[in-house]
Amino acid sequence: MIAAQDLEFLAALCLKRAGLKVDPAKAYLVESRLAPLARRECFSSTEAFVAALRHGADDRLIWAAVEAMALPEREFFHDYKVFDALAHEVAPALSRARGGEPVRIWSAACGAGQEIYSLAMLLADAPGVGKVELFASDLSERSLEKAQAGRYSQFEIQRGLPARMLVRHFEKDGESFVLSPRVRQMVRWRRVNLMDDLSRLGQFDLILCRGVLSQLAPEAGGRLMEQLRAGLAPGGALLLGPSDSAGRNFVRVAPDLALYATAETRARSAA
Amino acid sequence: MPTCLVVDDSRVIRKVSRRILEDLGFEVAEASDGVEAMAWCSAVMPDVILLDWRMPGMNGLEFLKTLRGETGGDHPKVIFCSVENDLHAIREVLDAGADEYIMKPFDGGILAGKLDYLGVAA
Repeated sequence: MIAAQDLEFLAALCLKRAGLKVDPAKAYLVESRLAPLARRECFSSTEAFVAALRHGADDRLIWAAVEAMALPEREFFHDYKVFDALAHEVAPALSRARGGEPVRIWSAACGAGQEIYSLAMLLADAPGVGKVELFASDLSERSLEKAQAGRYSQFEIQRGLPARMLVRHFEKDGESFVLSPRVRQMVRWRRVNLMDDLSRLGQFDLILCRGVLSQLAPEAGGRLMEQLRAGLAPGGALLLGPSDSAGRNFVRVAPDLALYATAETRARSAA
Repeated sequence: MPTCLVVDDSRVIRKVSRRILEDLGFEVAEASDGVEAMAWCSAVMPDVILLDWRMPGMNGLEFLKTLRGETGGDHPKVIFCSVENDLHAIREVLDAGADEYIMKPFDGGILAGKLDYLGVAA
């Protein structure tokens, strides 16, 4: 059993480093997220691991713990209709609006890559989509390494990936399934803490940020939304999770999608 | 209520699949091989067929080819469900008319995701 004061410490640590909202009352969640890390780092138990964090662990270990707590749940084509609309309606419309300039798309918390690869697979085969540049970032180096390798277990590959996409875009290697280099090479990767200054990333025509806001403390979520607003190119769009609240600076632009434009963009197009 | 026919020679797989499908809102029937499954389909075509590959008598692939040639045989969404995880084999059953493929072992989340993708979720 993780001590109450250790849980409080962990919650404060996650809030400070990554804006994460961790409920100290949910010891089971902390246990399930940190147990694999504690084992990998050769601690005798999760309790011992958290206690070590509290009593002066090195920065690498502290970040590993924060990253583990931030781990987004990801599966391929989480809601297929969303990806279908992005690849066959939203991206072509953005491409037309850019007049042939590349459309820049960013998956802001990409986990092990399932979200951005889902879109990449559709875009690779979609007619009428101009040039696209796909970027993906995550807080976790470990997730990014896995994403870049494009290697998934049988269990992971079956979560949401249609069988025809599997046979079209993957090769079997031992017991794993590896995404084709053609699709992997469409994506550029970078470690990004969404609480840092994001202006260095430039602006994007489409930002995917699903399931992130619900993990953040309210103040951190507000800061992130401000940064995403600044990170959207004029005419760009932001995709949130279905239960995320975009706030007053965004206007929903599609009835069936949690897709938003900035209020400024909306006002300009209405004028 | 949508209907699903579970075709598998393993009683355990049929039982587990039935439980998952009933929780998902399906009315479920069972058959232990392709011949028995054809008899079901001749009486009434289900909306979905969860189909094992390796079975005694008529196997899953033979059943699928026969089914697709029957009147109304194009109606059921057929999800192959097998321990076979070779991509050439999966391609073979998709080319033969299967709509989806699940590699065993699987869980309720995987099956629900396939049904949702096929647009037959209850």
